[in-house]
This record gives sequence, C-alpha cells and structure tokens, in this order.
Amino acid sequence: MSSRFPSRLLEEAVNEFASLPGIGRKTAFRLVMHLLRRDSGEVRRFGETVIRLRDDVCYCSVCHGISDTPMCEICSDQSRDISAICVVENVQDVMAVENTRQFRGLYHVLGGIISPVDGIGPSDLTINSLEERVRSGSVREVILALSTTMEGDTTNFYIYKRLSGYDVRITTLARGVAIGDVLEYTDEITLGQSIVNRRLFSLPSQG
Amino acid sequence: MHLARLELTNFKNYEGVSLEFSQGFNCFVGNNGVGKTNILDAIHYLSLTKSFFNSSDTLSIRHGDDYFMIRGTFVTDENSDELFCAFQKTKQKVFKLNGREYQRMSDHVGKYPVVMLSPADSTLITGGSEERRRFLNLIISQYDPSYLEAHMRYNKALMQRNRILRGSGPDNSGLLEIYDEQMAPEAELIHSARRNLTENLLPLFRSYYEKISGGAEKVSIRYRSHLGSGDFRQQLADSRVRDYAMQFTTMGIHRDDLVFEIDGHSARTNASQGQQKSFIVALKLAKFGLITRMIGFAPALLLDDIFDKFDQTRVEEIIRLAGSGEFGQVFITDTQQDRIHRILDNTGVDFRLYRIGKKGIEEEITNGVK
Repeated sequence: MSSRFPSRLLEEAVNEFASLPGIGRKTAFRLVMHLLRRDSGEVRRFGETVIRLRDDVCYCSVCHGISDTPMCEICSDQSRDISAICVVENVQDVMAVENTRQFRGLYHVLGGIISPVDGIGPSDLTINSLEERVRSGSVREVILALSTTMEGDTTNFYIYKRLSGYDVRITTLARGVAIGDVLEYTDEITLGQSIVNRRLFSLPSQG
Repeated sequence: MHLARLELTNFKNYEGVSLEFSQGFNCFVGNNGVGKTNILDAIHYLSLTKSFFNSSDTLSIRHGDDYFMIRGTFVTDENSDELFCAFQKTKQKVFKLNGREYQRMSDHVGKYPVVMLSPADSTLITGGSEERRRFLNLIISQYDPSYLEAHMRYNKALMQRNRILRGSGPDNSGLLEIYDEQMAPEAELIHSARRNLTENLLPLFRSYYEKISGGAEKVSIRYRSHLGSGDFRQQLADSRVRDYAMQFTTMGIHRDDLVFEIDGHSARTNASQGQQKSFIVALKLAKFGLITRMIGFAPALLLDDIFDKFDQTRVEEIIRLAGSGEFGQVFITDTQQDRIHRILDNTGVDFRLYRIGKKGIEEEITNGVK
C-alpha cells in the first residue's frame, strides 16, 4: 500500500503502528481508523496506559520478571517452595508454566537466550544473578525450561557449567510425544527421544 | 511405487499443465528452451522439496506471477499418496502429504527418492568441495533422517562459533568450548555416515565405470576429512589460536572433500572430457544403486538431456537395463523425438512420450502397455 494519506497525522500514526512486530501497513491503517471511531477518552486512556507501561514498568529484583513492585508476587509468596528454581527465557514462559498449575517453586527469567549471531552473550542475560541465588544456599534444584533449539541447548549447557561447582540438582524438561498426538505423525527425532527416555507405565490415577 | 500424475501451476514456464505418467519410461521431447527440464525439476521438488538447479524458490515462479503450485500422485499397489508443494513470494513454502502439512521440510525428504543426471553435474568434478559435500548430503538424507538434523544443528553451532571468532561479538569466555561440545557429536555422526557412504559407493562406482567406459583405467573415490585423523574435540581445541587468527573454524566436516582419482591422479586435472562424463555417470548410477539397496525399492531416475552423456548404443543399453527391472520409473528429456522414440520402440518397454512446443504439450504418444 503506497497510497498517499490525506493527513500527516494519519500517516504518522500508521507508521507507528506499522513499526510493531507482525503488523503490516494495511493492518496498521485499520487499527488507526478504528481508534478514530472510538471515544476520545478511551483513546486517551489507551495512550496513557502504553506510556505508563514504558515509564513505570518494574523488574523483580529476584527473578527479573515483570512486576509492579520491587519484588514480584511469586517471589514474595511465602507459600511457594524456595528450594526449586525454574529457569525460563522470558515472562511469557513464566506465564506458560504458571498456567499448568504443576509448579510451586520460584522462577528465574534470563531475558533471552545465548546467540552470538544476534549479539547476545552470557553477560547480556541474568546468569550472574542466577548463580548468586544458587550460591546463597537455599536452592536444591534448578529446572532448565528453555526452548529445545540449538540456542536453548547452548544456554542450558552454559548454565550447567556455571553451576557445576554447587550442590544443586540440575534438571531439564522432559522431551517426548505430545499428549493427543498420533504416533504416525510425530517427528522422528522426538519419537526417537521418547523411546530412549521411555518411562515405567503407571495408571492415570496414580500419575 | 511410481509417480502417476503431475500437475503444475505457474511453475517455471508452465501456466497450467497436467500430465499422466507410465510406470516405465516417460520422455519429454522438444527444442531447447521449451521447458522439458522444468518438468524434471518439478519432480525433484516433490521428492526433495526444492529445485535441483536453483537455491531460491522465487526463481521457480513463472514470470509475472507471484506463486507456484505442484501436485503429484504417487501410487503403490495398495494405495496412493497426494503430494502438494506451493510457494508464494515473501511467504513460507508449504508442503503437504495427503492434505497434512509438514512442520519441517526435512521430514519429507527420503520418502519418494529421485536421482537426477544432468549436464550441470560436471561441477561435481570441476567445482569446489561444496558441490561434493552437497552430493554426499543429498544421498545420505534420502535414507537417514537423523543425518539432516545433525547437519542443521552442526551448521547452526558453527555459525555461532564463527561469530565469536570474528571478535566484535560479546564477551564469551567459555562459550567456544560449549560450541565445540555441541558440534562434536554431530560432526562424528556426519563423518561416519559420509565414510560409510563412500565405502559402499566405491565398488558400485567401479563396476559401473567399467561398464560405461569399457576402459582399463583404475578409478577411485576417497573421502577426506579432518575427523579421519584424530579426536575432533582435541582438534578444535588445538586449532583455537589459528581459528582466532583466521576468524573462522578451520577444522571440521564443513571442510570435507571427496577426492576423485583416475590412475592415481586427480580426475579434475588429468581426465579427458569423455572420462569425466563416464566418471559422473558412474557416480550417479552408483548413487542410484546404493539408495535402491538402502530403501528396498528403486528411486525415480531423472535423465536430463540424456544424449549429452550417452551415445546411441549406451542409451539403448540403459533402457534395456531399466526394462529388466534394474531401474524403476524413468524420466528422460531429449531434443530429437525420432531418435528416442525408435529406441523405445525397439526395446519394447512401457513408455509415454510427450512432445513439448512453445505452447506447451503438443502431442502425447504411448505404446499402450498400461
């Protein structure tokens, strides 16, 4: 869409929306036109919310997740198990693991994954702080919950090496056939891993 | 198993064409530039999800359009499989088997193998080592699914490692060793697969060469790799200083090569044109024989411009061999209709012949043994 806009204000707004990931110029234009039809108070609130988010956002001093307070809700929750730390790449992953309701420990958000090609090295991530948490002594298990990509493996490997001197169990997510999947269509690598790491059969109720 | 039907939309020079094939021989005849080879390339797509000739899918789209589609039906005695491949500019390529989309292209490779013989193959001898590694990769990935995976992982780690060696990247104390650790098992898997392949290929290659050339020269293929001379982890560690100086990884399977020899000398510099042709044909037929042995049935054989490499007697011989069941389904392109038609008639094999002109398919001849 290279058509010229009748208004400079319109064009500027479209350009801003189009700078977001996954938004092309057509979608940007539609969103802008939608905002114009909304009540001006609503739009003001919309804009102010975005500005406040950027200005006032806080990162938890313990796990580095996004929070409204210096220490996030999960880290300050007394009922959680402080002996287990689940290491994830970003806040979305914290939410994903939380949604499973299967984990009652704490988190550590790395803020990315090691990839020199993208200019991200270990020092750009919160790995020093993770080591600090482990050094402090109450942690018995570190669960590596990173993507199963080459970069994820590199990062796992690096953290494993960094923590190898401490008395802490390092575990990683199980890899295998997804629930509800038909074996015929499972990719060979995953199926192969599942065969190698097969487990004792148990009845669901005892699961 | 054979390809029974092929349908092209906006692929290369074809706006829309639908073809039915014989289980035996399928010939495309016509003048240069009418698009005979493009049909072979479409079959290559269905097998390996990419073009034999171009690395960019965009180049396979008909001029002036912005997408192409290829549909094919593979038939066995009991059932039939529908393959679908489509690519639209700026979008991801889509590949489906019986309506189900593949998550990864590599999951498809190897299911419907083909072997292509083309005049472009001469780069195997005259080109750089990359051509020969590609030759090895393409064969192994048609029967060993873990190989492609290992290769992709190795290349990713290699890219990251080279980025660190180029220096301007972040501080990475200890990261190089991690990439070494990640690359080593993949490199070992790749190395042993390539070594096995070369060992298995050699006797087949020698016997085909003898049949084709009728000559007495002694030919050989040798696999050359750093991994053949010691522990790879140690080699990576030992070459670290040099790697930093060169700013890339100097050791590894990405530097492998195949050495072709004729009477103990390099085939590249010492073989005649004729000998080089025989060399390549023998190599490709050996590849064909090996894949057949590995997967238990014969891949489709694509012979592009068959008279570029063979004279009349040889073509007759190959077609007789194929008729006797040594090859499966065969696709041939040739510029002279009479020449190939006569041979097919003489040998009495099952065939279909398409004459292609400026406006597409102009004539279809079959000998009716369906």
